[in-house]
Amino acid sequence: MYDVCIIGAGVTGCAIARELSRYQVDVCVVEKCEDVCCGTSKANSAIIHAGYDAPEGSLMARLNVRGNEMMDGLSQELDFPFRRNGSLTVCLQEEDMPALQALYERGRNNGVKGLRILSGEEALALEPHLQEGVTGALYAPSGGIVCPFLMTIALAENACVNGVEFRFQTKVLHIQNADGYYRLETDQGVLESRYVVNAAGVYSDLLHNMVSSHPIHITPRKGEYLLLDHSAGRHVSHTVFMLPTRLGKGVLVAPTIHGNLIVGPTALDTEDREGTNTTAEGLREVAAKAALTVRDIPLRQVITSFSGLRAHEDGHEFIIGEPEDAPQFIDAAGIESPGLSSAPAIGEMVAEMLGEKMGLKPKEQFMGRRKGILNPSVLSMEARNRLIRENPAYGTIICRCESVTEGEILDAIHRPLGAVSLDGVKRRTRAGMGRCQSGFCAPRVMELLSRELAVPMEEVTKSGGVSRMVTGTTKKNAGRENGDL
Amino acid sequence: MKSCDIVIAGGGPAGLAAAIAARKAGVESILILERDREAGGILNQCIHNGFGLHTFREELTGPEYAGRYIEMARALQIEWMPDTMVMEISRDKVITAMNRREGIFRIQAKAVILAMGCRERARGALNIPGYRPAGIFSAGTAQRLVNMEGYMPGREVVILGSGDIGLIMARRMTLEGAKVKAVAELMPYCGGLKRNIVQCLEDYDIPLKLSHTVVDIRGKERLEGVTLAQVDDDGRPIPGTEEDYPCDTLLLSVGLIPENELSQGMGVVLDGVTGGPVVDESLETNIPGVFACGNVLHVHDLVDYVSEEAARAGVNAAGYVTGRLAQNGRKIPVTAMEGVRYTVPQFICPDRMEADLTVRFRVAGVYRDRFVSVYLDGERVLHQKKRVMAPGEMEEVILHKSSLLACPDLQCITIKTEKE
Repeated sequence: MYDVCIIGAGVTGCAIARELSRYQVDVCVVEKCEDVCCGTSKANSAIIHAGYDAPEGSLMARLNVRGNEMMDGLSQELDFPFRRNGSLTVCLQEEDMPALQALYERGRNNGVKGLRILSGEEALALEPHLQEGVTGALYAPSGGIVCPFLMTIALAENACVNGVEFRFQTKVLHIQNADGYYRLETDQGVLESRYVVNAAGVYSDLLHNMVSSHPIHITPRKGEYLLLDHSAGRHVSHTVFMLPTRLGKGVLVAPTIHGNLIVGPTALDTEDREGTNTTAEGLREVAAKAALTVRDIPLRQVITSFSGLRAHEDGHEFIIGEPEDAPQFIDAAGIESPGLSSAPAIGEMVAEMLGEKMGLKPKEQFMGRRKGILNPSVLSMEARNRLIRENPAYGTIICRCESVTEGEILDAIHRPLGAVSLDGVKRRTRAGMGRCQSGFCAPRVMELLSRELAVPMEEVTKSGGVSRMVTGTTKKNAGRENGDL
Repeated sequence: MKSCDIVIAGGGPAGLAAAIAARKAGVESILILERDREAGGILNQCIHNGFGLHTFREELTGPEYAGRYIEMARALQIEWMPDTMVMEISRDKVITAMNRREGIFRIQAKAVILAMGCRERARGALNIPGYRPAGIFSAGTAQRLVNMEGYMPGREVVILGSGDIGLIMARRMTLEGAKVKAVAELMPYCGGLKRNIVQCLEDYDIPLKLSHTVVDIRGKERLEGVTLAQVDDDGRPIPGTEEDYPCDTLLLSVGLIPENELSQGMGVVLDGVTGGPVVDESLETNIPGVFACGNVLHVHDLVDYVSEEAARAGVNAAGYVTGRLAQNGRKIPVTAMEGVRYTVPQFICPDRMEADLTVRFRVAGVYRDRFVSVYLDGERVLHQKKRVMAPGEMEEVILHKSSLLACPDLQCITIKTEKE
């Protein structure tokens, strides 16, 4: 029997797990995929919103602003990349300037600091690739960019080091309210837990509705994105949004923390909770809408496109707390944008809530700091050479495009909650995330996974499940199937 | 800092041939930096035959062809470092490289030869919609898995793009017992060599679907199928022509991109069409003493031409080091027009050229019974009829030093196709 089972190892579940790991409590995170950060957390805009967008007085607004404030400290404690690059919400028509003003007022009321309305000229001076016709912009210096993978992984690793258990490839099929606890029926057997936290993203309504007679409804809202090469990464330096008008909502254009350029998302409601496919129309729409605010985006530099599903709740508000008729079941549902920005604050809020309800005591030996995977390219030549002498694996480049060494990949595999798939390695080290999209490094990373995890090459997957990279051996190599080299 | 007369980035066919030629031209201090375990580059995974018909007058496999050059390099005691990644080259020719034995180190070179080869275009660059499951490989990655690692990427295969590696892999996968269901090509013509269409597709009854592309990819974890559709003259899918192909593997052979990140980092000017450095008749880039050859310069069809070109780069780099290569001649631009997409070289210095100079180029479409013409300013000096020309086959013309020197005020050399 666990004290708390958190369902879902996205950024919300991992933030809650990490905050809970401060306490003397037995926590388990249950995740249907092979790794953390496999759903919405891995496919989003990778930005930390300032907090002027959410309705005044909403939970969303409060947690967004709070989460934003927490990011500097958290990113330092847990060693993941975060930068306040500032955001510009661009107004394209004089007649829409009152709406920009209204956004400014809302932001101030939400407690966002440093907001300023810029003239068209000022905005262009700050961001020369904006469309010439820009009439003004709301500048939010606290807006930032983050690596959502490394943030989620950092939270999870730190939770793990502090005693939280993670169960991967475990899908919760049914939840039953037993006498004072919950029975979680999974495809890997039954788990029992006194408390359950529902952080299941686009599946959170299904879980909620298993235990409560007050149903909620989540719509998977698809967002498609284009990601451009480093060579386009400086096209804008701020996160550029379009002021929503009768022309539509627009898409954002932003640098990523790793120096790429990201453009998107679309917003299309779907029924399919696994429907993370891109579409020709969606990708066309992204390109067309981006051009409304930013000119000359070098779309020939696109290296990949992807889509993510936001967990859009009908009331467009975070649902955090215990349903009336389901005590000891805590929802963290409807976490759509600004969910990534709010995650640290959601973690704090849910942990406090549980702390009170359960009367939890702080752990004395809580380790609040975590060191990320060492990136040798930031070291001096001497330090790097010392490192290579100590561990020659840091002298071999595996991913040429992103200059990732074997040492980093071995670290990614062997650290707590280490990578078990190619995508897991990619999200931790960026191997395969560059312009050749793993053409050169995939066979080498497969080899390393196979060797280090002692699994045959045929069992190495891209992303867990049946996503095997190779289906068998060639005719000449067939003897190897019997262990005969 | 260690110093060296000629440092060569890349030990594939281009780097090897350049090194051998430079040594034969009298340079003692030459170093090849190679990122892989072995020299030979991509040839090591090209186990089919057809290499060396021009160079050795016999049909060799890729590793055999590479082996001949490795032997020559060995006999000439050319120094090379395997498993070594060039991290950066500065404009003043300081090379920063890394390996596990020596860590990061710097070398001051007098001349640099860029021979880094190319990479394959990836799915992302094409914006093919759909899911992103396992089972989608570039053809070269699949070739490495099959030929060097001994693993099958899949059993039921669709290939997008008719580049030579894609065609070769269609045959290779078939021989390994996989079912290759179709090769789809966006353009109305094949991207690879004619001989590969015959020997790799027709001989195995693999359909080549011209003017077709992949419009959807299915399968959340492992690939389950793709949808092919016909495209119109602008390359846009035609609604109603979609056809489903269940498959577990999609190979992409949709173009090669010269890998010039190092070149760009040092300030070498690139050609927007080839993706490789802009060079003159000596294969020298805009930076004196920096030369380029092989697929990093422009993508070749035949390794024989790579070897020949690289040897010229090696001789000229040796000339630069020994001061024999004049540095102040007038450069005349070579302009590609009317059906000629690009030329290599892009500039010619008549004073520095050999008696005959081969200018290579590709055409923009499939042309039948057209002429290739060379103009020196307004005067046509060459007019050659070609029965058929296609973008998949590199073309060449030969220019004579004597005819260039005969025009003292020459402003422009133009190469174009003409209907008559």
